[in-house]
Amino acid sequence: MLHTFVALVEDKTGLLSRVTSLFRRLNVNITSLTVGGTETAGVSRTTIVAEAADDRAPRIMASLYKLEGVLEVDNVGRHSAVVRELALLKIAASQKTRSDLFQLAEVFRARIVDLAPESLMMEITGSASKIEGLVQILLEGNYRILEMARSGRMAMRRGHHTSRVLEALGDTPRVEPTMLAGDRKHDAPDLMAEDDQA
Amino acid sequence: MAMDNSGKTNLNSLNSSEAALYSQPTRLTGAETVWATMVGEGVRDVFGYPGGAILPVYDALRKFPIRHILVRHEQGAAHMADGYARASGRVGVAVATSGPGATNLVTGIATAMLDSIPMVCVTGQVSSKVLGTDAFQEIDITGITLPITKHNYLVSRTEDIAPALREAFRIAKSGRPGPVLVDITKDAQQNSAIFDFAAAAPAPYRPHPMLSADSAAIREALELLRTAKRPVILAGQGILHSRAMEQVRALAERAQIPVACTLLGLTAFPASHPLNLGMMGMHGESWVNHAIQQADLLIACGMRFDDRVTGSLSTYAQNAKKIHIEIDPAEINKNVHVDVALVGDLKEILETLLPLMPKRDGSAWLRTISTMKGDASVHDIQQLPDNGHLYAAHVINDIWRETGGDAIIVTDVGQHQMWEAQYYKHEQPRSLVTSGGLGTMGFALPAAIGAKVACPDKEVWVVAGDGGFQMTSAELSTIVQEQLKINIAIVNNGYLGMVRQWQEKFYDKNYEGTPLLSPDFVKLADAHGIQGTHVRHRAEVISAVETARQHPGTFLIDFHVEQEDSVYPMIPPGAALHEMIRRPKQSPLVETATEI
Repeated sequence: MLHTFVALVEDKTGLLSRVTSLFRRLNVNITSLTVGGTETAGVSRTTIVAEAADDRAPRIMASLYKLEGVLEVDNVGRHSAVVRELALLKIAASQKTRSDLFQLAEVFRARIVDLAPESLMMEITGSASKIEGLVQILLEGNYRILEMARSGRMAMRRGHHTSRVLEALGDTPRVEPTMLAGDRKHDAPDLMAEDDQA
Repeated sequence: MAMDNSGKTNLNSLNSSEAALYSQPTRLTGAETVWATMVGEGVRDVFGYPGGAILPVYDALRKFPIRHILVRHEQGAAHMADGYARASGRVGVAVATSGPGATNLVTGIATAMLDSIPMVCVTGQVSSKVLGTDAFQEIDITGITLPITKHNYLVSRTEDIAPALREAFRIAKSGRPGPVLVDITKDAQQNSAIFDFAAAAPAPYRPHPMLSADSAAIREALELLRTAKRPVILAGQGILHSRAMEQVRALAERAQIPVACTLLGLTAFPASHPLNLGMMGMHGESWVNHAIQQADLLIACGMRFDDRVTGSLSTYAQNAKKIHIEIDPAEINKNVHVDVALVGDLKEILETLLPLMPKRDGSAWLRTISTMKGDASVHDIQQLPDNGHLYAAHVINDIWRETGGDAIIVTDVGQHQMWEAQYYKHEQPRSLVTSGGLGTMGFALPAAIGAKVACPDKEVWVVAGDGGFQMTSAELSTIVQEQLKINIAIVNNGYLGMVRQWQEKFYDKNYEGTPLLSPDFVKLADAHGIQGTHVRHRAEVISAVETARQHPGTFLIDFHVEQEDSVYPMIPPGAALHEMIRRPKQSPLVETATEI
């Protein structure tokens, strides 16, 4: 089955390769991987989605913990969590076909973020299945996807759950203003509530 | 204050100017920092080989109270550091230059990794300015060793050397031990920075967050122990790492539970103890494996259910509940599903468990095993008539008799290694140094040098085959240069014996690539200024062993043993633990009186 591991790791050179090397050594393929900042300076959050037999998950977690610089590991697949992915799609579109794509974007709550004479770019955020749904509709509609970039999944447990390790370190989770996307205020309201069951 | 690896202060070995280094921050070069940190960590001996990228470190060596043993190949340095650690329990240290010096360490590091041996390797690296340019003798050794070290560092700033090295020592010896590599660029060695030993102290050891041995699990384990009729303790190397020899013995004695040992756990329980069954697994004696297969409870202490001890997993100890006491959570349910996992330090867990442990009468089960043992027990091979052949088992058995089971025996890998495990009865912890997990041929001679340097007052024997000995025999020069006294027994059968045995059993006796021509090992020894002798008859074994022991310097005995002898019992690959090939009747090493 598909497991979603979240590992908080020290933001140091080479740590990501230690994490991915572990999966390689265990002969487990990584389906998706995201790395980024957290509420604590110097700590990175990696989300690793991997296909592995159910009974192997505890051993993968235990092995992750054995890596120096891995602070905390969680297998969020077992818990109620919000899982999100972002995708950018560049689609061939002439002036004539644009309006259909605008409609499609609205249905999927995607946004058009770039417009060129021969193509446009769509940004979509949501569960993997929502993104795959949009791709399928585009292909069925004989649209040419010129390029697609998917971010890989990010996951966070629902409720008041917080990182045990970071709490133990005495770091009160805080959000730095710089962590917010610069152009956030210009964005359309986030109406992703229907994805939360993903 | 200087601490050695066991945590004892080591101040006496420092003079006042050296001691001052540790009481006040001092400006040192990176090279000096390397040695100052090691002295502070209690290091007295290192094994190494110089080269361009580590030259600053060598240049600073003479200022510090550290013995440097020059090896003949860096693989030897890693095995020596490994043997040093296995024999003493202290962290072994190997030093090498960049590029080929570093890559030559790799087999030795992997050997230590597979057997959880605490070791720190320091390698020189090209200057940080040219890192990543394929400069002369540049290699990405931290990348290469990533999966075979517990952790590694690339240090390119002088001020990072002491913290990295101190953390390396902490990581190497804490939890489940293992090798750590610290790669230091040449400019970091040449530049200087303030050395502050105390400020460079690593963060305290953080136990693995998944350790768990709560009272409920302890109660479950006690209940299994209380109700078991046919329990067996499986003793692994974790007992040595955790220094839990007394606690395991107390558990066995209090509950009258027989003990089966893994290869690396052989010295964790005295061979002469009446509850010791011997070695389990592929070449374990039949009663040991039968006892495990018939058991209704296995108490696994610091062992990892390696494929060499379980035989086929689907048929392994099917009627037994399993208690696994282990410090590494990644080992729980890896190969064998266990009923109760007590994940933590073995000694601490047993100390919690023992006071709650009721006494029990194990006599019926012990009698059953004793009957199996009586049926199968190898006759005292010393009593067998001399049929003119020299068998390796005789050689090992005579070395055991002459040394009283108290010497440190360092083996290579192959048939002789298994015969050693069967016929040398170890009484002392850490008295067997052998590569179990990786099975590294060429290990014995360098590892014995490490063991002798760590334990100069101990009698040290190399037991090696003619194949493995030739892989690292250049280290004979190291022995001479360092004026060490080591006894070397070569079990010479003209074949790569264990491979030949597999060819005999599973490849239609197609002896491809296994017949082996060797030099005259006695002449080879002589060329190094080492005395030696050939032994071809059983009657000569004891006198040769005695000559070696009496000789003040290193002595080599080339035992020309039966060429096509095999190790029995043997579990064929894929077979169940009890489906072993027994000793054949025509062998002088018979199992029952009627078979003579």
